[in-house]
Amino acid sequence: MAQTSVDIEHKTDHIQHHFVDSDQQFESSKLGMWIFLVTEILFFGGLFAAYIVYRAWYPELYLEASTELNAFWGTVNTAVLIGSSLTVAMAIRSAQLNQIKGLIYNLYITIGLAIIFMVIKFFEYAEKLEKGIAPGAYYTYDGLEHEKANIFFSIYYMMTGLHGLHVVIGIGLMVWLVIKAKKKVFHSGYYTPVEITGLYWHLVDVIWIFLFPLLYLID
Amino acid sequence: MATSEAKPTNKIQVRRYKPEEYPEKHYLNEETGIWAWMTTVDHKKIGLMYLASLAFFFFVGGMLALVLRTELLTPARSFMDADVYNQIFTLHGAIMVFFFLVPSVPAALGNFILPLQLGCKDVAFPRVNLASFYIYVIGAVFTLIAILTGGVDTGWTFYTPYSATTGGNVMMMTLGIFILGFSSILTGVNFITTIHKLRAPGMTWNKLPLNMWALYATSIIQVLATPVLAITLLLLTMERVLSIGIFDPALGGDPVLYQHFFWFYSHPAVYIMIVPGFGVISEVISTFSRKIIFGYWAIAISSLAIAFIGFLVWGHHMFTAGQSSLANMVFSFLTFLVGIPTGIKIFNWVATMYRGSIDMKTPMLYAQIFLFQFMIGGFTGIMLGALAVDIHLHDTYYVVAHFHYVMMGGMVMAFLAGLHYWWPKMFGKMYSEKWAKFSAIIIFIGFNMTFLPQFVMGSQGMPRRYFNYIDQFQSFHQFSTIGSYIIGIGFFIMFGYLLYSFFRGEKAAANPWGSRALEWQVSSPPPLHNFEHTPVIINGPYDYHKPMSEFQLGIASKHNGHHAGEKVDISTTVKDKA
Repeated sequence: MAQTSVDIEHKTDHIQHHFVDSDQQFESSKLGMWIFLVTEILFFGGLFAAYIVYRAWYPELYLEASTELNAFWGTVNTAVLIGSSLTVAMAIRSAQLNQIKGLIYNLYITIGLAIIFMVIKFFEYAEKLEKGIAPGAYYTYDGLEHEKANIFFSIYYMMTGLHGLHVVIGIGLMVWLVIKAKKKVFHSGYYTPVEITGLYWHLVDVIWIFLFPLLYLID
Repeated sequence: MATSEAKPTNKIQVRRYKPEEYPEKHYLNEETGIWAWMTTVDHKKIGLMYLASLAFFFFVGGMLALVLRTELLTPARSFMDADVYNQIFTLHGAIMVFFFLVPSVPAALGNFILPLQLGCKDVAFPRVNLASFYIYVIGAVFTLIAILTGGVDTGWTFYTPYSATTGGNVMMMTLGIFILGFSSILTGVNFITTIHKLRAPGMTWNKLPLNMWALYATSIIQVLATPVLAITLLLLTMERVLSIGIFDPALGGDPVLYQHFFWFYSHPAVYIMIVPGFGVISEVISTFSRKIIFGYWAIAISSLAIAFIGFLVWGHHMFTAGQSSLANMVFSFLTFLVGIPTGIKIFNWVATMYRGSIDMKTPMLYAQIFLFQFMIGGFTGIMLGALAVDIHLHDTYYVVAHFHYVMMGGMVMAFLAGLHYWWPKMFGKMYSEKWAKFSAIIIFIGFNMTFLPQFVMGSQGMPRRYFNYIDQFQSFHQFSTIGSYIIGIGFFIMFGYLLYSFFRGEKAAANPWGSRALEWQVSSPPPLHNFEHTPVIINGPYDYHKPMSEFQLGIASKHNGHHAGEKVDISTTVKDKA
């Protein structure tokens, strides 16, 4: 690391009273986040299990209903999210190098990409709801032959809805990071919140990478 | 970012830190006032706040049980309607399981004791810990709203399709438990991280108290199972709001899928409830036998084994729900497997007591009651895991008696053992040993009177959850009801002497039981930040053959390794303190 970072590494304001040193605090936070991500995977795991069960029962329904989903915009959204994963990784790199400006810019780009994702998602939802493709009992669309079509879309809305909620939470976290970064809280000796938010963001990305082919690309 | 202490030239000096007896300043009186308590991030205070909430819910759940038992005095209607009865048994189950048993040892006793046993100042994420308490409270508020706005009559399992269509406020209740789940997850994340990263110097994995191993195993289950319950209850809520048709057969859904989802959490949850109890029992039995624990690694690993196998047995709740017979056989076999690690534990506890200097104090008495009742609960569980027997006994009082023997006869007794064991540490007060033993015996008698007849009734065909029953069962039911009143009296006595102890009890010494475990090497009650020094561990927590002085060591420098930039001058600090 650069010579200038020597002073920074001796800053101790961020160490909470119950930790011995900065390393212990950083490693604890990181482990805690990883464990939390495991719970997230199991949370979505329930939905993936439901997806598998119904796909095994009604394979033709999935193929048929999947044609209603717009693979083009799905692909765009996938690219947007993968791009945001790159920028969040760059934000962490900037923090490690003590480049606070770069950190803030990278966070701005990530937030921007996340918002683009949500906007595209919004138009996708709006287009479907207009056609009457709503979850469960509110399903009124008659373009699909299969009588269980509502179940596919219930699962679709549950999965993408919960994923969307996670994206929104991620946006909130990154706005909070920007505010903190502007107050000069982060430096190369302390960037734990950036690191663990990055971990969270990668998970949100990975979940989408599974959702996209399973829902959009099976036809 | 290495600290200067890590240089090989600076050897770490240790010295003995005798705990201060009857300290003037401790965690209970250093920061007082309602606001300080509400916003505290101190794990000890959060543990006590959990304890108070648990006591409240145990009281509510217990009173509901007494009301149910009273109704069952006569075969037909005694004093309440069948619908009310359905709501009350649902509430009794849901409150006892989700608001008492699941958080009982981990969140209340565990929060208090975990950092003390590890030798750290707090859990890894103190603010998350406080948040988990408030999430618990919010979940409780939702549930109370559900009770007041229509009630719930589905049973604590919320089986579909009934729960998707019945009246009442099922949604509020499931949302409450959904929220509660996050509290459980956060506690689990916190504990795993703390055990991994915050152990005191020398506290290696083979010196970890068995209570920590048990909490570690429990936390793993909490972290892996609870999210599945969360998504299940969310889907159920959506089923009620939007009729999404995943669980409701009328809409093309599958109710057995719900049962799979539900028990994928709720069977491991049974181990969330009981495994921490095993930890408490290990501590208590070793302390009061004055003897090194027999089979340390066997007990430690069996906790993890139970956690692991516990994930593979959920199907034994659905032997009669239309599972394939192959699945039934596999689940039945795996269910038998759980008996092995559990048996290993029991043998090790008994072997620990063998030729020990047994001191039958109240916690030890509860541990003995635990062993007796838990074995009955465990063996009847093995019987229920047998396919042919289960067809006969499924959904009868036999099942009710079985899980009460495990949950109340086992877990609640372990909880009480832990409560009486750590009470002096929590409040710095002793309780009346005479009254405590008396109430333990009353509870023991009452419990067995209540639930032994239910085994007989169940095997004769009395179904669970029924409002009416045929005359043949009346004498069993009446005997059972009288037993439940006796339990009530026992807990009433306990409440009395604990309250007396809290206000006027004799002051407790730092280590009233002569234990070697780390939490007893600080004053009672502990200081605000647990340890004024950094403890250093060189012996196992059950090494009773080694002198007490070896268990009270700490780093001799005063800043405990804080302030990475500062130079450590050991020679002067030792002189100052010596």
